Amino acid sequence: MSRRIHPAVAAAQPFQLAERDEIQGPLLGTPEGSERLEMVLSRYPEKRAALLPLLSFAQEKRGWVSPSDMEEVAAALDLTPAYVHSIATFYTMYNKHPVGRHLVQVCTCISCHLNRGDEVLDAFLREVGAREGEISADGDFTVIEAECLGACGFATVVQVNDEYFEDVTPEGVAAIVSELRSRE
Amino acid sequence: MSFPHRHELETTTILSQYHGDAEARTLAGWLERGGYERLRTAAMMEPDEITGVVKDSGLRGRGGAGFPTGLKWSFMPKDDGKPHYLCCNADESEPGAFKDREILRWTPHLLIEGCMIAARAIRAEHVYIYVRGEFFPYTRILNEAVTEAYDGGYLGDDVMGTGWTCDVTVHAGAGAYIAGEETGLMNSLMGDRAEPWMKPPFPAQAGVFGLPTTVNNVETLATVPGILEHGAEWYRQWGTEKSPGTKLWCCSGHLAKPGNYELALGVPLEDIIYDVCGGTPNGKTVRAVIPGGSSTAFLTADELDCATTYEGLQEVGSSLGTASPIVMDESTCLLRAMRRVAQFYAHESCGQCVQCREGTAWVARILERIEAGDGELRDIDTLYELCVQMTGRTICVLADSVVFPLRSSLDKFRDEYEAHIRTGSCTAR
Repeated sequence: MSRRIHPAVAAAQPFQLAERDEIQGPLLGTPEGSERLEMVLSRYPEKRAALLPLLSFAQEKRGWVSPSDMEEVAAALDLTPAYVHSIATFYTMYNKHPVGRHLVQVCTCISCHLNRGDEVLDAFLREVGAREGEISADGDFTVIEAECLGACGFATVVQVNDEYFEDVTPEGVAAIVSELRSRE
Repeated sequence: MSFPHRHELETTTILSQYHGDAEARTLAGWLERGGYERLRTAAMMEPDEITGVVKDSGLRGRGGAGFPTGLKWSFMPKDDGKPHYLCCNADESEPGAFKDREILRWTPHLLIEGCMIAARAIRAEHVYIYVRGEFFPYTRILNEAVTEAYDGGYLGDDVMGTGWTCDVTVHAGAGAYIAGEETGLMNSLMGDRAEPWMKPPFPAQAGVFGLPTTVNNVETLATVPGILEHGAEWYRQWGTEKSPGTKLWCCSGHLAKPGNYELALGVPLEDIIYDVCGGTPNGKTVRAVIPGGSSTAFLTADELDCATTYEGLQEVGSSLGTASPIVMDESTCLLRAMRRVAQFYAHESCGQCVQCREGTAWVARILERIEAGDGELRDIDTLYELCVQMTGRTICVLADSVVFPLRSSLDKFRDEYEAHIRTGSCTAR
């Protein structure tokens, strides 16, 4: 994945992807990691502003933000690991544990609630055979309930990794799950 | 009400004319549609001249509060020798609202152009576009547009050969409703929790990185190029004296044709619901509408003849907010709907202020209990008491935002709450 990233958009790279590098070692020590760090830092007058972009980078690479990522990011930005942890736990999109290949977020907020969002959530949980927040046995899915995803006119809205699925009905869930399963 | 339709209402597409036109989102396509000419004009104008045009147009902030945009810009200091910043608030997360998403997705260059013109007006050297984290597909489109604009010489050093320098950076959030509040947004941008701060200091005095900052909504900024091109009087041909122009309406809930519609401000709300959106999908009666996103007061079906202006919705005790009517038909349990709204705020409270952290959670828990059949009549008094304690006592208006729908639903649908408590089950449907 060596497409060119302009520094102006380095702090806004999509970070919940089905394809992950599943890196085992350090996050920022790699050529890609140090390049991202440099690009992000170049856009702000203060180092700390790079914190969210770097936590997002960890999730982009790993699928979640690990304690060692938090320590590395803290060291790179002269922050304490405890402070970084307080940020990672404030923002709901950071996964503090690994998630399935497809992170399915079902909106059940008011407009989706009025359009059977709760039933869509139940249908996903039934179809993948896991409880909310758990990784399914095949490792393919983690299903969670989400607050408003900002597409209320197309309820029920479901986000799968970096994609939006709109106008989802409980009846349509099985087809979505099987299509996702079949993806390489 | 008047369903079937009384008449066809025309949409006015000055902001959304290219929505659905995929070529408009590329730089080449945007240039073919006259793109970046307004930026060239602005880059040669004096900052105060731009602010003057926007002031005269009467444009009001589209993020929910409706503050006059030109006036906000005029608060920025002049000749202070410090760097200034513009933050574009693309953290769209008010339940019911999905308009900024459409602008990002179809006309990213329009937004960039608007950001640059505003930056010129407030003498900013850097624009941060803070996009909500979940908006991956739309952030990708915006990223592509910003990259193209840099490569084309429209951003950065020597903008369009005019000698003016201004940068744009896209910054993604990571899931926090409160990052949509302007001081929360700036804290988040600085790598902190998105906790709002007490004003003063106001952003124009000490905003992001402690420097003078203006925060404007996506729709506000996307409206600016048109105003600059055609003038203030042109913009004032739509709307009213106090609410000029057009507005993107985000219509959701029980509607036959939900979606995004751009309309001149001032048309009756019922026309939007029945004419534009075709009423309910199955011909059921409309029971209630939250007109401006979930933070605004409920209206009953007989209150929908109000004018959709800032002042018109205020007259009926609600507000225009983000112009996001959420429509509920006769089958809706309003207690349940209110419970779901309350859970949202309980989830999204940042936790700094006791009245909000505890209040939102209590409201949600009491409503859950009533819904489960374990309510008591005195719960209604407790909810009213919470409304008092949660109003005007916190750093930001998140706590007030749950009070608006809660108090209005208690006032207008009290019989339904009481019936729930008495019978232990729902009487709707």
